[in-house]
This record gives sequence, C-alpha cells and structure tokens, in this order.
Amino acid sequence: MQLAQALRERKTSATELTRHALAAAKNRADLNALITLDETGALAAAERADTALAKNPASALAGIPFAHKDIFCTNGLRTTCASRMLDNFVPPYDATVVDKLAAAQAVAIGKANMDEFAMGSSNENSFYGPVKNPWDTARVPGGSSGGSAALVAAGIVPFATGTDTGGSIRQPAAFCGITGLKPTYGRVSRWGMIAFASSLDCGSVLARSAADCATVLGAIAGHDPRDATSVRRDVGDYAAALAAPLAGRRIGVAREYFGAGIDAGVAAAVQAALALYEKLGATLVDITLPNAHLAIPAYYVIAPAEASSNLARFDGVRYGHACSEPKSLEDLYSRSRAEGFGAEVKRRILVGTYALSAGYYDAYYLRAQRVRRLIAGDFASAFESVDLIAGPTTPTVAFKIGEKSADPLAMYAADVNTVAVNLAGLPAISLPAGFSRIQSGASLPVGLQLIAPAFGEAALLNAAHQFQCTSDFHLRSPDPVA
Amino acid sequence: MSAVAPAPITAYGAWQPVIGLEIHAQLSTVSKLFSGAATAYGAEPNTQASAVDVALPGTLPVPNHAALDRAIRFGLAVDARIATHSVFARKNYFYPDLPKGYQISQYELPIVAEGRLRVRLDDGRVIEVEIERAHLEEDAGKSLHDAFHAATGIDLNRAGTPLLEIVSKPVLYSAAEAVAYMRCVHTLVRWLGVCDGNMQEGSFRCDANVSVRPVTSATLGTRTEIKNVNSFRFVEKAIEYEIERQIRALENGETIVQETRLYDPTRHQTRPMRSKESANDYRYFPDPDLPPIAVSAEDIAAVRATMPELPEARRMRYIEALGLPESDATQLCADKATADYFEQVLSGSLPRRDADRAEAKVAANWVLGEVSAALNADGAHFEAARVGAPALAQLLARVREGVISGKTAKDVFAAMWAGEGDADAVIERRGLKQISDTGALAAAIEAVLAEYPPQLAEFRAGNEKLLQFFVGQVMKRTRGQANPQQLNALLREKLAPQ
Repeated sequence: MQLAQALRERKTSATELTRHALAAAKNRADLNALITLDETGALAAAERADTALAKNPASALAGIPFAHKDIFCTNGLRTTCASRMLDNFVPPYDATVVDKLAAAQAVAIGKANMDEFAMGSSNENSFYGPVKNPWDTARVPGGSSGGSAALVAAGIVPFATGTDTGGSIRQPAAFCGITGLKPTYGRVSRWGMIAFASSLDCGSVLARSAADCATVLGAIAGHDPRDATSVRRDVGDYAAALAAPLAGRRIGVAREYFGAGIDAGVAAAVQAALALYEKLGATLVDITLPNAHLAIPAYYVIAPAEASSNLARFDGVRYGHACSEPKSLEDLYSRSRAEGFGAEVKRRILVGTYALSAGYYDAYYLRAQRVRRLIAGDFASAFESVDLIAGPTTPTVAFKIGEKSADPLAMYAADVNTVAVNLAGLPAISLPAGFSRIQSGASLPVGLQLIAPAFGEAALLNAAHQFQCTSDFHLRSPDPVA
Repeated sequence: MSAVAPAPITAYGAWQPVIGLEIHAQLSTVSKLFSGAATAYGAEPNTQASAVDVALPGTLPVPNHAALDRAIRFGLAVDARIATHSVFARKNYFYPDLPKGYQISQYELPIVAEGRLRVRLDDGRVIEVEIERAHLEEDAGKSLHDAFHAATGIDLNRAGTPLLEIVSKPVLYSAAEAVAYMRCVHTLVRWLGVCDGNMQEGSFRCDANVSVRPVTSATLGTRTEIKNVNSFRFVEKAIEYEIERQIRALENGETIVQETRLYDPTRHQTRPMRSKESANDYRYFPDPDLPPIAVSAEDIAAVRATMPELPEARRMRYIEALGLPESDATQLCADKATADYFEQVLSGSLPRRDADRAEAKVAANWVLGEVSAALNADGAHFEAARVGAPALAQLLARVREGVISGKTAKDVFAAMWAGEGDADAVIERRGLKQISDTGALAAAIEAVLAEYPPQLAEFRAGNEKLLQFFVGQVMKRTRGQANPQQLNALLREKLAPQ
C-alpha cells in the first residue's frame, strides 16, 4: 500500500490521512455510501496508530483509514445491517474481523451502506436509501457491499470490508472498477458478522488493487474458536506470493459464461483481458461447467431458507425494532417484523419459509442441496485440468437505479456468474478488466472473475496482481462529480 | 358360583395401554451447550445469559465437547450405537423464551441410537426397554408469567443449557412399567455422572406418549403426549389418568384426538394444551452454523475407558462374587454414592477385594443398617456421611482383629458419628480395648480362681456349668474388656486337670 510507505517515511500521519478520508466522505455525501460516520472514533484510532507508528515497525495497515460494511458488529457503535429493524442496535461486542483490523491499527472511519441484511445486487434495498455508483451516479454500485465499493472507487478510503454470500463483494467490485476478493468459506471468521445465509456468507475485502487485498486478507484470515465453521489451517503469506510469474499457468474459460444475456462490451473486455493473460504466459483452456444454469435456482432456495431461520431472532422482544403498543404476542411479532423489514427481506423470508415447510422440504431444500453438490463437482472436475477459471464477473455493467427493482428475477440474474462459487465454497476475485462503452458514450468498468480451488487465495491474488502489473484499469478513477 | 373367572390379560381388561417416554436429562456441564455461560441453577434472572444465549445478531454457536462426551457415555451405558456422524438441526418456532427463533436440536441423525436398558420392576419381573435414540439439544429460557403485572418476564439463564433427550420405543405397557423405567434411567444418569437428576430444579423431566388398543390388536392406537412432568409420582398418576380417560372415551364410542396434554398435579388430571401449539411446522433443517459432529472410534474408546462399572453389573457381582443376598445387592446399587461407599468400606477393611464373603456381609449390614439409619436421622445422603467409608473400614477392622466386640463397635460408631474422632481414638479414650494380652488375662484368671476355691473344687469334680461363672467373674474383674474367645481358651487351659 502506497499510503503505508508514506506513513513509514513520515511523509504523512494517520491523523492526516484520517482527516482527509473523513472530509472526502462528507464531500461525497451524495453517494450515500456510509450509514454511520464515526469521526470521534476514527480520530482516536488514528492518534493511537500515530503513537504506534512512531515507536516501532507497525503493521502494514497501521494508520490506514477504511470503512466496515455495516454488517460487522462494532462494540459501542451502531450496527444496522441497513435495516430499520436494527436502526437502534448498538452491539456490545466486536466482530472478529473488526477485532483483527483494530489490532492491526487500521482506522475505521464508519459503517458502509449496503443492501438490507446483504440481500440485493444493487444496494437499492437499504433502509437508508440507495448508494450511487461513483462512475455514474444514476447507476447502482452493485450489492450488497455497494457502500464499501463506492467508498473505495471514489477514493475516500483505500479499502473497505464486505461480505459475499452470492457475489456481494465481487459484483459491486466489478460495477465500481475495483478489486474484490471472496475467500474460501471458513477462511475468515463469521463471528460478529450478521448472518444472511450461514453456509454461504464470507467476510472479506474490497480495495483498489490485488496487492492491497492481499495485505488485508492476511490480517483478517485465520481460525477463530468462536466460529465452528472457521477452518483450522495456516494463513498463507499472500503478499509474498504476488510476484510469482504466470508462465505455465492454465486458465480455464467456461463457455457457459459467454452465453445468452452477456453484453457485447463486457464480453469484449473480458476476451481482451484473457488475451493479456496469454501474453503473461498463461495457457487458456476451454472448459465446461455443465450445471452452471442450476446455480441461481439452487441459490435462491438455500440462501432464503437459511435466512428465514437466521432472521427469526428479530422478533421485537430483546433488541431491535419493536412496534408500539402491541396488543398480543402475535401482534408484537407480526407488526415489529412487518415494520422492521423491507420488501426484499420479507420476500426471501417467505420463500425460505416455504422451501423448508413440511411437504416442500424434499422438493426444494433437499433438491437444492443435491444441485449444490453437482455444482461443486463441476468445479472439482474442471480443476483437474486447470489452475484457475476465468470469466466475466457479471454479464452486464452497472445498471440504472430503478431499472430492475420492480423485477426480482431480473435482479437475481445479475448474480449468474457469482453464486455458483459460493455454493461450492471456493475463493474468487473480481478485478478491473477494462471498460465497456454504453449508449450515452460513457465507459463503465467491467470485472474479470478468477476462481481457484479451495484455499487458493494466494494463486488468485498472484494472478490478479500480475495482471495489474501490466494494466492500468485498476488505477483509473471516475471523474469527480462537479 | 363355582366357576373361577379368567384373570384379565391386563389391569384394564380388554384394553392394553402402550406408553413411550421422552426423558429430558440436563447434562451436568459447567457451561452451556453452545456458549461459555454458566449453567448453575438459581442465579438472578438473565445473569447467566451470554451474547450467544440472548441471540444477539452475529453471534455463533460452538459445541461444548463436555456435553458430547456425556451423551456418548450414556449411549455406551445403554449399549447403543454411537453415531460417527451426527447432525445438529434447527427446530424453528417463535416463542419469547426461545431467543433465536429456533432451538438447536438433533433430528435425522442423533448422536445415540438403538439402545436398551434392563429394568427391574417392583414385582420382581425384569423387562428390557428399547431406547430408540438419545439426542443433544439446548433448553429454552423461562417465561415468568406471574412475576409482573400485565406483562411476562423472560429469564434466559436456562436458555442454551444442554439436554439429552432419551426417547424410548413405545414398549411400556403400564404406568408402573413406565415409572420403573424412568427410575432406572434416573439412577443410570446419576450413576454415570452425566446428570444430577434434580427433579425439583427441572434437571430430569419427562414427556409421556400414551395410547390404548384392544388387547387383540397389533397396531397402536392414537396417542396423546403429556408434557413436562417432573416427578415419578406425577408421571404415574398422569399416565394412569390418561389411560383411563382414553379407555372411557373409546368405550363411549369416541375417538382419541392426537394432541398435547398438560398434567395438573392438584387435580390429578390431564387437559389439552391449546391446539395451536401442537400444530407447529418446525421446518427442521441442518444447522449451517454447526458442521456435522464427527466421533471417531478413538473418541468412543476414550470415553469407554472412563466408564464406571454399571449398576446392574455391580449388583450381579455383589450377588455372585460376594455372596450378598439379592435384596442387599439391590439396595446397595440403588445409587452410585451408596455402592461406592460400600465398595470403599470393603476395599479399606479387607486386604483383598472379594476375599471374604462373611466380611462382605458384615460390611453390607453396617452400610445398610447403622450408616443408613444415621444418615436418615441427619436427612443426608452417603456423600455427606459423617463417618466416611475409610473410617468405617477401620472400625470394622478393629472388630475383626478382636480389639473390640461387635457390640462395642456400635457404641464406637455412634461416638464417631458424633464427632469424637476415628475408631482408634474413641476406643483409646473410652478405654474400650479388649484385653487380649495373655499375661494380663492369665493374671485375672489366677486371681479369680484363688478367690473361689469351693467353686473350683466343684468344677474339678465335674460341674462344668461353673465355667460360665468363672467367665463372668473374669469379665467383672476386667470391666468387660476381656476378649471372650481368648478368655474361654485360657480358662479351659487353667481348669484342665493337672
């Protein structure tokens, strides 16, 4: 991270960087990328980081400002999950990811906007209003980590945390022209990360570059005794792996990723990016993922099923939104939840409740789990002959705010290339691959998704970094809004 | 009438009751099933509820391995299959004392399956009860309906407490069989140390599934479930009431509704719960926060290595190896504290275990007699005996060695119970030691013989009855402390024709 270098050389201070980030955040309030700006907390953390930096060699993240997606619980700082349900919720504890970044003395400036309970692909499903894409404020930044992506793309912070359940890091990274990493399921602790779909949720990072993602992942990954699904496996030296040459690397290109529904501009940018990989010494291999078309239906059974149960705790009894003057227990439950949850959250709770109901469980939930195994099998077969799989992160560039909000199925289709990765629990990265010209004549970022076998984060970051060493798409910034 | 009426096949004539029990045993772990909060009973409301128990957003369950070990321990004791792969599932329903909106339980793949337990009935019959499964689950909190005006309080201290739900097959055919089985499980879980068995505190409670069918029918009748009964007597009463209610209904041509019923202990009746509560669709599915529990052969072996001798095995050993009467063996094995106390007395007073059947019987008599009586007077149990097993063993050793007589030992025991010290101290202080010193005894005998020459002459002339006179005189002279056997032997020696 260039800023880290500047901090170590005393060209700047954590406090100065933090003040700059806070000012930039306020300056770009139009993006609506933050739910909570924590000036006091940020400046105090910056001061502590400056003290640490003055003493001895500090962590690579010491003094670097960043933002947390508002799904990570922060001790004493309101954590809303972008829901009216948690508008008043102040956690008494920190998420493990929050703990670890605090221990690294990175400086959190606030909590980023998102789709409510991470349910959405456009960041339009927020109680606090939609987030705008810094490349075109009439467009969505993607979701659900839309606030995180917009903050990084607008240059307000060099990185932000996010979560990815079906593409919620990679899709906004693609729409906003930045780099977003989804690690292997279990690599980063879920403790303190408000659950959407427990078997799919992965916490991680969005940043300008793969190198920055490597630094942050190194700080937040690792086994956590508080999360039974967290993996006991040593964390790799991701930064050290970045420099390896790509000669001989076999990259699988799945024909399914270039089927109907893909924009010509997106396809062209991705093909050009793949050509660049060939120049870097990699070999492209045609592969097939025959069950790819089943990923969306399976995902939209499993994720809502888990969500319907995970969100049952929001009942107005112990914390969160409670309706006024309930007439009965049932009234307390039904009105608190009717008032507290937004439309998309309700839709998924209903779908999920239905899928788990007696008489439907086998036909929906169990069948979706079988599909999940088929999809994992597709990837396993493909990885017998290739090291990585590449394709467009999304079939289109960022769409307009309101364009798909009336049509949930069209919205769900935006996740077509990302959800299969979550179902298989694999790591994947989205990196800026180029731009696609749209009708207005403007250009919007296109994301390239690379997928690796389980625990192949180092290989992903290495491949993305090598690409970024010979391209400048990740360095481009949207024109500042006048 | 001269014809003898045929005996009824069951106590209910043409009807046969069929009962299955679901016993909830609270596992005696220090912390909860999925959080580090304490499980101790009786704390101020909500002081033992962690962020996990309150179900704050973002919290996650982590299984407590001490609870798994206890479940395996129970499974081994009932000769069950221990699943190498078992799964926690979510049982979804809304209730204010269920913070997550679901209970973590086990559904399709429980940790323990297909066990059996031999149960001794009061009438001497022994039945083998098949145990379908035993699974781990967390308890809910408590709703306090009476504590507040026009509101309900919630205490989450109990939320997340580990339970083992032990499900029998419907193979119990009377209230008496059901209660005998429940007692047997109660003894076993306490014996194994997996549950404290405290029924007042709700550590051991049971749901009973009851149906009746014509004795000629092989298919089960429609069952009702009686919820949450927490005493042996109430279980018996509730089942008896329910059997009679169902028979009455069927004989009146009514049909039995499958429903959940509550037992009212003041009226000794069962009544239906609101039907809504039994109409829940729990939407069970595997808990995605908890990977399947893998239990290896080594894990099972490790638990097996710590298994105590089971009550039935020990009972048989007492009968066969120690020669104790069945009734003694049964009483000694009623609970582990009693049996262990006896065992310690035995190993402390005998150089080799099982060495002497007579000594075992003496020890059993003491444990079931003097010690039990003293404990009853204290209202205490063997763990709290004021004379510990090693101390009693010492006392019995002194009797065996001839230091004191069996009769004196009872006085010594009473003094020990009263806190006067151990057997040797009491014997010493009170001067109760028998005179076994040949020299001292010989001197006393010489003195007596010298004092009563006429009697001596009479004896020598053939009046052997006078032996007892001399014994009495020596005893008087030694204030009762002469060792009787030794005295007899010495006296005969001295009186023998010279």
